[in-house]
Amino acid sequence: MNTTRSEGDASLLEVQHVRKVYSSGGTEFEAIRDLDFRVSDGEFLCIVGPSGAGKTTLLRCIGGLLDVTSGSVSLAGARVTSPPEGMAIVFQEYGRSLFPWLTVRQNVELPLREKKVPATRRAELVSDALEAVGLAHVPDSYPWQLSGGMQQRVAIARAVAYQPRILLMDEPFAAVDAQTRAELEDLVFSLWKSLQVTVVFVTHDIDEAIYLGQRVLVLSNSPTSVLEDVPIPLPKARDQLRTRSLPEFNELRQKIHRLVQTAKRTMIT
Amino acid sequence: MNTLLRRVLFAVGLPVILVTLWWFVSAGSTSFFWPPLRAIVETFPETWLSGRLLSDVVPSLVRLFIGYGVALAIGIVAGVALGLSRTLRDYAEPTLEFLRAMPPPVLVPVIMLFAGIGDEMKVAVIALGCIWPVLLNTVEGVRAIDEVLADTARSYRLSVPTRLMTLVLRSASPQIVTGARQSLSVGIILMVISEMFAASNGLGFAIVQFQRGFEMPEMWSGVLLLGLIGVILSVIFRAFEAWVLRWYLSIQRIEQRV
Amino acid sequence: MTLPLAQRGSTRLRAGSARRRVAIRGLTGTLLFVLILEAVPRLGLVNPAYLPPFSEIMVALGAQAATPAFWTLLGQTVFGWFTGLIIALVAGIALGMFIGSLKWVREATHSTIEFLRPIPSVALIPLAVILFGTDMRSTLLLVVYATFWQVLIQVLSGVQDVDPIARETARSYRFRPLTQLRSLVWPTALPYVMTGVRLGASVALILEITGELVIGSPGIGKQIVLSQTAGQVATMYAFVIVAGMLGVAVNLGTRLLERRVLRWHTSIRRDQEGSP
Repeated sequence: MNTTRSEGDASLLEVQHVRKVYSSGGTEFEAIRDLDFRVSDGEFLCIVGPSGAGKTTLLRCIGGLLDVTSGSVSLAGARVTSPPEGMAIVFQEYGRSLFPWLTVRQNVELPLREKKVPATRRAELVSDALEAVGLAHVPDSYPWQLSGGMQQRVAIARAVAYQPRILLMDEPFAAVDAQTRAELEDLVFSLWKSLQVTVVFVTHDIDEAIYLGQRVLVLSNSPTSVLEDVPIPLPKARDQLRTRSLPEFNELRQKIHRLVQTAKRTMIT
Repeated sequence: MNTLLRRVLFAVGLPVILVTLWWFVSAGSTSFFWPPLRAIVETFPETWLSGRLLSDVVPSLVRLFIGYGVALAIGIVAGVALGLSRTLRDYAEPTLEFLRAMPPPVLVPVIMLFAGIGDEMKVAVIALGCIWPVLLNTVEGVRAIDEVLADTARSYRLSVPTRLMTLVLRSASPQIVTGARQSLSVGIILMVISEMFAASNGLGFAIVQFQRGFEMPEMWSGVLLLGLIGVILSVIFRAFEAWVLRWYLSIQRIEQRV
Repeated sequence: MTLPLAQRGSTRLRAGSARRRVAIRGLTGTLLFVLILEAVPRLGLVNPAYLPPFSEIMVALGAQAATPAFWTLLGQTVFGWFTGLIIALVAGIALGMFIGSLKWVREATHSTIEFLRPIPSVALIPLAVILFGTDMRSTLLLVVYATFWQVLIQVLSGVQDVDPIARETARSYRFRPLTQLRSLVWPTALPYVMTGVRLGASVALILEITGELVIGSPGIGKQIVLSQTAGQVATMYAFVIVAGMLGVAVNLGTRLLERRVLRWHTSIRRDQEGSP
């Protein structure tokens, strides 16, 4: 893989005219019509869209879990055809993405073993990652012994320990309660700042997208295309109460809300 | 304390009553076919512990374990392959349906043609009869692997061997174990009847010898021993299951509580 | 997801063509299997004296099917299987409902049931022989014993599955015990009973054939042994195939029955474990 990093707004991830058509036995279903965007190295990009907008399809295409029909996805200049190196995915279904027969530590450690990271370094990475997500006290528990929020923390720790260049998150907090959700948002935000990782964060929650992202991509209804690319010029320090009550925050919320509503209406076509 | 006592009483109460009943009712029995339980118990050590344990019981169990082991290995490997490949499954399904429905004891006369009446015949019969439950359950288990978990394994670029071991086999293990349990009881049946059919040693052979020689207390002691072996194997299996599936059983316990 | 009507129509078409593909593949697989059975002895890979070509087996099967004796044998096997199954069902359901409904009986019998259940049914063969000789009743004893446990275990778990709140409700309305049994316990337990029927039916067939093979009670199992000792290998295989087809018929029949009886039931219960 081409790993030369040029400074400035060099794009790490390039999604070029991606189209995805599901077809079997002569019928076709167009999930994604035309998606075209770039993500710079170190950026935090949020993607919102109405439910059924093919957000998950898009993420699976980027993650190399699904082939695109036409167009291309490249990461650091290399075309993505299968799950690439340096990419970690955090799924919405935390309960289903952790191995129930492995302990928290083993779950986090497994991808590192595969990467053939030496044992001492591995132990270090695992304990640092668990520390970072606030789970240093339960390494030997099994995931199903933990609450939903804690399980998602394990999944995040696994991604962090993997040291990816880019982190894909597919509605990661859609299934946790509001309190936990706010905590996890702040966790992801602070991890992004401290680790300088690139994040692509898919959500259906407009507030969450504005709160976290440097840029919000609003998707149309399926067949999906990019409706608008909204920059988020909020101060870099985030605070659940203060940030959300800024007047700019409110304006952005209204703007994106309108866009999503338009997207929903176009459904009838 | 009180509840513990109660539970112990409940657990041993009925068995004690039944055995006592058998003991006293049969005590004065003069019927040739129904010897007193005391006579059966008295014959037990001299019949089985002096020599027959090594010459009959051990060969039976060794044949059972070899046949069963072969069946588990083939059943799991083939089951994983069929479970992962839709195409393979489409081609093989009707044939498997037929082979599975075949009552396994008919294998005994068939395999006798090929392998005579020696150990090979018995091992082959046990192996061929035990394959199906484990194979079919493995297929079901592999098919039921969680998609998100499979995607997770792929996205972290876990290698194929790692995926097979930590994802496929572990995911399917509850069903594989269920299949293995069914196979074990089929295996015991086949072990006994292949020996009753044609053999020169073994538990089934010995019991039939006693029956034909009208040695009733000895025959009864053999029936008891066979029952005991069945129970012991099932206890061992359950311990194995509790160990292999500890994660799964714990999750089930949690879900039941909610 | 809402698909436009045109697409929905073609989805049905697609399902149809997928089904056709599965059927074609299944047929191809079966033909391949038959072809192998035909070719392996013809090419001398196995001794044809041990495994005759498939066509010869079919000829033997045809010859057998033309004789009335064949149908008598088949009838004897089916009769033994069915009688045993019915006896085991009645006994298993009655006892299971009784034990399961009363907590103290359930607790008192638990250990005994757990102990008796893994005792291999074939342990009873010598007893059956001294009691009934090679009579059909010998095999019946085996069939009933093995099948009974399958049914009993299922009924017991079915009765315990009754929703405690529904039970409280029934009691608070002072339903009489018999009404409770009919309107509450039985419907809850029915899916389990049907699982018991399905598992029991195939276990019953296994033991029916076992009894015929080992004890020599009349039926196709006995005929398999007779053909084998007489050196009529093709005929022996013909009866083996008949046994297999009986097995398929039992499986399909019980599955159909289960679906029929449980049509009202939201989810047909997943297979429970079962062992002969």
